[in-house]
Amino acid sequence: MTSTIERTEAAESPATPKKGGGITGAAANYLDERTSISAVVKEFGRKIFPDHWSFMLGEVALYSFVVIILSGTFLTFFFQASMVETHYEGAFVPLKGVEMSAAMDSALHISFDVRGGLLVRQIHHWAALLFIASIGLHMLRVFFTGAFRKPRELNWMIGFVLFVLAMAEGFTGYSLPDDLLSGNGLRIIDGLIKGMPVIGTWTSFLLFGGEFPGTAIVGRLYTLHILLLPAILVAFLALHLVFVVVHKHTQFAGPGRTEKNVIGYPILPVYAAKAGGFFFLVFGVIALMASFFTINPIWNYGPYDPSPVSAGTQPDWYIGFADGALRLIPPGLEFVWLNHTWSFNIIIPVIALVLLLLFVAIYPFVESWVTGDKREHHILDRPRNAPTRTAIGAAGVTFYAALWAAASSDLMATHFQLSIEGVIHVVQAWAVLGPFIAYFITKRVCIGLMKKDREIVLHGYESGRIVRLPGGEYIEVHEQLDDYERWKLVDYESFEPIMLRPNSNGKITPVMRLRSAMSNWFFEDRIAPASRAELDAAHGHGHAPAVGTGSPARGELEDQTGGNTHH
Amino acid sequence: MAHDEVSGIDSAASDSSAVETSHRTSAGTAVIGSDVENPGEPPHRARVTDLDPAKAKHADRTVYTLFYLSIAGSIFALAAYMAFPIEDGDPVALRLNTLFIGLGSALALFGIGLAAVHWGKALMVDKEGIDVRHPVRGTDETRARAVEIFDQADKESGFGRRTLIRNSLIGAIIAFPLPGLVLFRGLGPQDQDPVELLSHTMWKKGSRLTLDPSGIPVRASDITIGSVFHIIPEGLNEREDLLEQKAKAAVLLMRLDPADLNISPEREGWSYDGIVAYSKICTHVGCPVALYEQQTHHLLCPCHQSTFDVVNEAKVIFGPAKRPLPQLPIEVDSEGYLVAQSDFHEPVGPSFWERS
Repeated sequence: MTSTIERTEAAESPATPKKGGGITGAAANYLDERTSISAVVKEFGRKIFPDHWSFMLGEVALYSFVVIILSGTFLTFFFQASMVETHYEGAFVPLKGVEMSAAMDSALHISFDVRGGLLVRQIHHWAALLFIASIGLHMLRVFFTGAFRKPRELNWMIGFVLFVLAMAEGFTGYSLPDDLLSGNGLRIIDGLIKGMPVIGTWTSFLLFGGEFPGTAIVGRLYTLHILLLPAILVAFLALHLVFVVVHKHTQFAGPGRTEKNVIGYPILPVYAAKAGGFFFLVFGVIALMASFFTINPIWNYGPYDPSPVSAGTQPDWYIGFADGALRLIPPGLEFVWLNHTWSFNIIIPVIALVLLLLFVAIYPFVESWVTGDKREHHILDRPRNAPTRTAIGAAGVTFYAALWAAASSDLMATHFQLSIEGVIHVVQAWAVLGPFIAYFITKRVCIGLMKKDREIVLHGYESGRIVRLPGGEYIEVHEQLDDYERWKLVDYESFEPIMLRPNSNGKITPVMRLRSAMSNWFFEDRIAPASRAELDAAHGHGHAPAVGTGSPARGELEDQTGGNTHH
Repeated sequence: MAHDEVSGIDSAASDSSAVETSHRTSAGTAVIGSDVENPGEPPHRARVTDLDPAKAKHADRTVYTLFYLSIAGSIFALAAYMAFPIEDGDPVALRLNTLFIGLGSALALFGIGLAAVHWGKALMVDKEGIDVRHPVRGTDETRARAVEIFDQADKESGFGRRTLIRNSLIGAIIAFPLPGLVLFRGLGPQDQDPVELLSHTMWKKGSRLTLDPSGIPVRASDITIGSVFHIIPEGLNEREDLLEQKAKAAVLLMRLDPADLNISPEREGWSYDGIVAYSKICTHVGCPVALYEQQTHHLLCPCHQSTFDVVNEAKVIFGPAKRPLPQLPIEVDSEGYLVAQSDFHEPVGPSFWERS
């Protein structure tokens, strides 16, 4: 049966490994006498981690980061972060003699003259893409299951910083080879910065060490890419994981699981085997992709030159939403006012992106203010059981998707034989209306699913078995859930909106009104979990679980569902 | 709920987060949970490997076979490193080198990963354990002691009492990074004014229009109606700051039927017999506006799809850009070559704060 592990501060006692432990025992003893490592093993060796497939998304991010560090370190031994002009003399014939920067030259050298170099370059790039993708999915998992709630709000913010850092790492790394595509990316960044009011021109001048493109940017991005950003990233990553340990991992509702326990496998041995093995699987998938699929073929693009560009230029996909925002802005938004140039065609998208990211960062605080819920939560919400949050998330995803799609507007137009104007206008409408539609649909779907869950809890599920009763009546047999399955469907909470009541001074402030209104909006449509009495009533009504015959009268069911839906 | 006292060993079955039907949280929100009882952990179900020694034996064999396969993969990758040299520059050799080192490594990694996971899932004891959670906040005693320590430190140092010391400390802490920040001014050159640089290009009166990238000058007679040329100023290729100058001076040269061009009065004489030259640098964020639609006389920026109408002095007809592409006034010199009349009359490229 289950072993219960009680953690209390025990008196520290020096570890005394078994005598005759051989060389392992001797080594352990040597180490412990100098590090007291046994306390760590005692504390964490049997720490419990709950299982769920979605918890692996964060692991994928962690492991791909390890792969990035390993492959990136190899690349630094060959890469030259210099924009000194040189003539290419490597193995790739079509570029022989072409003038290019030392950065591009060394990137080509890695690809064509170092055995396995191309493989490592592609491992690095694929791992980076997987890193950002898995962070994004991990964030969505945390969002939609409410794992960001107290006490994990700060860890959500730390994770958000990691997400931003990952994108920054991606962009700086993408720019290093100094090829035509990445140079165009930098050109766009330069134009973006120049469009900022007051500070734009000088910021660009300082960043590029003079006029664009200059000869400094690759070296500077390299310092950011391999020193500053990774150092911050590792620090925040460590903090992120420390908090996972401090908080203990969340778990989904399930039999035996409560807000005060964690049920799962201990680190040693099961979790270590599964998670450790999973690292190798993630690495294996990356290696396989790098073996088969070319990524970022800089030799096809050639060195950076401000004049040529190919049709269909796009950033790496994770920057797409920012590029798309630039494309979606309606025309004509640039003015001269007070003798200065106001580039609202750049300022507005930048502000929109900052607001979107800011909203993601502070969402936990917004929700806890609206709901007034200051309790700790360790049992995850099923997305359907928090319809408003899930709908907000769906709206956010839809908005992001619109920006993202806009970054490929030209490719969509050429592939599907559409006009570029038509594509942009459709995506503009999608960006504005889509979130509202997604919100509405998602909320209704969630509530529908909750009603379905409730019906299953109270009346069982349709078994597909049609039985003819002695009286000639045909019924479909409803099978009842067992206690364990039922518990998964009823272990959630339903909130009543905050009532607007005068405060201690007898006043109702506008802030209180706002909060009450938002609370109403958040909780107005809700389905309460089935209670014991309802269960008994449903089952005592000729639906004995063991027999499992008879379907409830339709009217009765609707009464019950309706009666528990507060409007 | 979560703030309740943790009562030592927690029996999973008896405790439930949803025992109460209604619970008031701090903000006066009523929370309704189900009063259905948590049934406790379901009975443990034995796996086939627990019940059938043959299956366990089979799983055992699978695990070590996978580990051996992993070793084989590593050896294969090593062999591939030696067997597929790339030094002769043959692209096929490079492909094989990448593919086989990669495949060997992938096999090595998958072998370990699959074996470890299978070992964990099929053979290791699969009974779940329970950890008890405690509220994240420190206990009252711990918190009281922390407050006490801070009070004591305050008393012993006089941090709160000696306000002059405290405030001067805060001031000094704020001031000391400033010199460090100022050092970053050095990121840009001291002797250049960005606004001045952004306002001018290499073009000047008499500069010949030459082909990009060869630098061969072009005659007006070389330009047929409907054609488009990528143009750089003469002497650009000899410049030390080639890319910086090119990023401003790149020009597109097109010849249209003069009757098609709508020329405003102040630009009379900027073109030559239907030949017009416009900056190639987009007025949005600076990508090269490299795509010319000959039929419609539209220039399209591939980055953000700003579209400029050459017939109407490169005015924006679609996309995020606001300003038309600046026009380079051109004429023909005595030898019939196209030359610039002057620099552009306005800064080229993306907008900036001090531009107007």
